[in-house]
Amino acid sequence: MSSSQSHRLPSGGLIDRSAPLNFRFDGKTFSGFQGDTLASALIANGVKLVGRSFKYHRPRGILTAGSEEPNALVELRTGARREPNTKATTAELYEGLEAASQNRWPSLRHDVMSVNQLFAPIFVAGFYYKTFMWPAKFWEAIYEPAIRRAAGLGRAAGVADPDHYDKAWAHCDVLIGGSGPAGLAAALAAGRSGARVILCEEDFSLGGRLLADGGTIDGLPAAEWLSRTLAELAALPDVRIMTRMTLFGVYDGGTYGALERVNDHLPSPPEHQVRQRLWRIVARRCVVAAGAIERPIVFVGNDTPGVMMASAMRTYVARYAATPAKRIALFTNNEDGWRTVETALGSGLQIAAVIDARPDVSPAHRSLASKGGFPVLHGSVSGVDGGKDGVRKIAVSLTGGARAEVEADGLAVSGGWNPAVGLTSYHRGRPKWSDDIAAFVPDGAPPGMVAAGAANGAFGLGACLAEGFTAGSAAAHDAGHSGKAGTAPVADDEAFSLTPLWHVAGKGKAFVDYQHDVTASDIELAQREGFESVEHLKRYTTLGMATDQGKTSNVAGLAIMAAVSGRSIPETGTTIYRPPYVPVAIGAFAGHHRDETFHATRLTPSHHWAAEQGAVFVDTGLWKRAQWYPRTGEKDWLESVTREVKAVRGGVGFCDVSTLGKIDVHGPDAGAFLDRVYINTFSNLAVGKARYGLMLREDGIVYDDGTTSRLAEDHYFLTTTTAKAGLVMQHLEFCRQVLFPELDVQLTSVSDQWAQFSIAGPKTRDLLREIVDPAEDLSNEGFPFMGAREVALRGGIKARLFRISFSGEMAFEISVPARFGDAMARNLMLAGKPFGVTPYGTEALGVMRVEKGHVAGPELSGTTTAADLGLGKMMSTKKDFIGRVMAGREALVAPDRQVVVGVKPTDKARRLRSGAHIIPKGQTPGPGNDQGYVTSVCFSPTSDQWIGLGLVERGRERTGEIVQAHDPLRGEDYEVELCNPVFYDPDGVRQRG
Amino acid sequence: MRIACPFCGERELGEFTYLGDAKPVRPAAGASEDEVFDYVYLRDNVAGETSEHWYHGGGCRAWLKVGRNTLTHEISSVEPAAGAGARQAAK
Ligand SMILES: [Zn+2]
Repeated sequence: MSSSQSHRLPSGGLIDRSAPLNFRFDGKTFSGFQGDTLASALIANGVKLVGRSFKYHRPRGILTAGSEEPNALVELRTGARREPNTKATTAELYEGLEAASQNRWPSLRHDVMSVNQLFAPIFVAGFYYKTFMWPAKFWEAIYEPAIRRAAGLGRAAGVADPDHYDKAWAHCDVLIGGSGPAGLAAALAAGRSGARVILCEEDFSLGGRLLADGGTIDGLPAAEWLSRTLAELAALPDVRIMTRMTLFGVYDGGTYGALERVNDHLPSPPEHQVRQRLWRIVARRCVVAAGAIERPIVFVGNDTPGVMMASAMRTYVARYAATPAKRIALFTNNEDGWRTVETALGSGLQIAAVIDARPDVSPAHRSLASKGGFPVLHGSVSGVDGGKDGVRKIAVSLTGGARAEVEADGLAVSGGWNPAVGLTSYHRGRPKWSDDIAAFVPDGAPPGMVAAGAANGAFGLGACLAEGFTAGSAAAHDAGHSGKAGTAPVADDEAFSLTPLWHVAGKGKAFVDYQHDVTASDIELAQREGFESVEHLKRYTTLGMATDQGKTSNVAGLAIMAAVSGRSIPETGTTIYRPPYVPVAIGAFAGHHRDETFHATRLTPSHHWAAEQGAVFVDTGLWKRAQWYPRTGEKDWLESVTREVKAVRGGVGFCDVSTLGKIDVHGPDAGAFLDRVYINTFSNLAVGKARYGLMLREDGIVYDDGTTSRLAEDHYFLTTTTAKAGLVMQHLEFCRQVLFPELDVQLTSVSDQWAQFSIAGPKTRDLLREIVDPAEDLSNEGFPFMGAREVALRGGIKARLFRISFSGEMAFEISVPARFGDAMARNLMLAGKPFGVTPYGTEALGVMRVEKGHVAGPELSGTTTAADLGLGKMMSTKKDFIGRVMAGREALVAPDRQVVVGVKPTDKARRLRSGAHIIPKGQTPGPGNDQGYVTSVCFSPTSDQWIGLGLVERGRERTGEIVQAHDPLRGEDYEVELCNPVFYDPDGVRQRG
Repeated sequence: MRIACPFCGERELGEFTYLGDAKPVRPAAGASEDEVFDYVYLRDNVAGETSEHWYHGGGCRAWLKVGRNTLTHEISSVEPAAGAGARQAAK
């Protein structure tokens, strides 16, 4: 259907005419070719209007041919894959592409919000601040929703992204950003020297400006030099060329961020492939050859569709054989703009006129004009007659005051070029002003980085090649590669000869920032109102704050501010440059870290067995733990948990507690070491015994608790809570390596090496005797409470057995090598069948610990002292330990601290909730009488009511007092009794039996 | 950011955990409350060269003393803590 491509040249361009592609824009079907961007394909179809502007809903066309595009933003794709604010100028065309224009309603051509233009005076700089100040509640309810509807960019898909994103690392000696002449020359030099090179190119084609501008290099036409160069680079073993990849940031230590758009050029990624990949590249050296961005001139009507950057105009003609206009006018202040005239004439297009702001034009161009039969007007464009269908006429103010009119359907504009200084400035570098090219150029760069070619202000083809080659060669050398770089490619330099022109004064809207609709008069207003500093200017007018980050607008804005404030441009200065250079989707940063794979998952050794039992799992940090084991007929979790608790208290049950942190402490000073990290003493613990230990932070607050056993004179086995396993290891390593290096002790994390089960209940011994070698003495005398030693199991496997109890029952914990964990669970079930063995989960574990008044996470909250937990007496007075001194500070020993106490509702039928505040009976709740809160609750089958633990002011002195539980979150108020936190077997008879 | 662990080589920031200023020295047993207070709470807010404790938890588990410039993030030195792995083992 290429016949529909009314604005396609019959030949030429880097498109594949044998591969036509159909696509839809705003519901209308068009065709283009492989090698087109959405923008070039729209241009080839004569489409001029592609969007509405942000604030005034003015009709807008395509301004550029690259990632700096401020206007041509579309919603690309449909449904879950709809992506707003996608630049048509970088979106590759594919078969079936669907795009929609943004920010218009009901249609692009008839947009009701364009009435905003009539109210333009209220939309001046700072209008949000001025207009919607008061009353405050109107902001959320009325102003903001209305403004968001009217002044929005694209719409997000609103449903989960169905595609995958990846993250990857790469390492190289020399990273090169950009594949124009400078980047290619750098790659040649570095690659030939033997360096490992990665060359990133944002575009899908390599060559940069060579693709549109051509030229002669080493006596060859640019296209031929390009294909030879790419062939040579491909043959070098350590040169990796990555297209569709944008270098967007530089981080400390020579780490660079890059986004690879792996499959954005296809309707959807092929199976098992990702859409985009976020690269972190570690490079010894980096050559930034990111080129330069042509800048607009600010004049009235400069946003009319059909007004386009001169370089973009010739790119569409030369690279894509697409003609934005048939009769073109050029407005330039420099020699480079004239290339567009050359390209257009070469492609058989008409030139209506050249409006050149400079006093003189080169003789070559003067003769070109006379040959082409078009006038050269010295002056500037003062207005554009046109609208959504494009440019019709151009008004010109001639030098000397006369006026002229030019009939044209397209206006190419060149205000000069700005080097892409982003990457070199991302470490708070400030570029410096160069009068030669009237632009900011890099002034230094982060360590290891250098700019070359147009990115460094060297615009000539010869200069780009020379600078790139030198930079590539030096980078390879610095990275330790001294191979022969050969000779640099050679080309002539073109003349640039620019006379700065930023703004043509006139009546009407002259746009600086197209994407945020910031006009020259907004900047003048900001100056009048005192927002002269560039950082203030930016925030007051929103100049440069849109998705394009002001790539085409910032410098012009500064220049206008400089002019109205009577300062030079370098005195006015630039705002701080920050990555990313192009928008990067959050999905790319997240990579595979979403949904089920948001983080790694740790499975307990008995996980698969528990899953077979139908266990319900709960996330505990990275762990999946069995929470309870429902049985057929049980109506809810409470019924299952209550059954499990009763089974343990009346018989025997077991629970996988492998998630506890486990640390082997070895060495002659192991005891002395533990004495310093625990508040109680471990050096006097007998071999074969276990002891409960409590650690403080150095500020005197409780850090962690757990049971530690002495397995040999110089070997302790320490356990931590599940939550703090990693942190306690880190803390203990700090104590060992930094605080007490004189101690001869070593720590080994063995958390993953041991599967550990708690076996609890009066029939525990009966069950264990089925598992443990009969020669082992498990009697109360042979293995007393708090005993700990290695035992042989039936079959010969060695296990560690600890007679410790969290449930308050007669209980053991048994550790076997993790690979036997699954078998242990199955064997416990088998061997325990005659005793009615019941597996129990973390809920039942929690119920039994609350019944026993044991503290856990909710009480070890990072605000409690040992005394708060009722464990103050454990603090040794005979030794130094971490936190000892600070634990004695006034506020930490104050008598009115909130301490652990038991809590139970006076109405036995009432459910107790954690988080409820404790208020003296009969008082109105408020911050003044808030005396603490309920920390842990459970339904206690043993007490046959809900019970809990709380942290309550002077709680221990108030046993028996009736207080008020106030739960504003759930709107509940009820009476509770403060009581002994040990609800079950307070004398500890059962666990010793 | 990258830190050259003396045991593992140059590694990425994600493998390390930051603790803080490495200058304060834990007072010996019997120190006054004021001395311990200073050790626990008082830190200089340095703009420039600092010495910091970093933990190579994603690698060899050594505690390192890292010289770092808070203005430029440049790392000037990396030393193992007095009791870090290899030194202790070499005794
Ligand atoms: Zn290491």
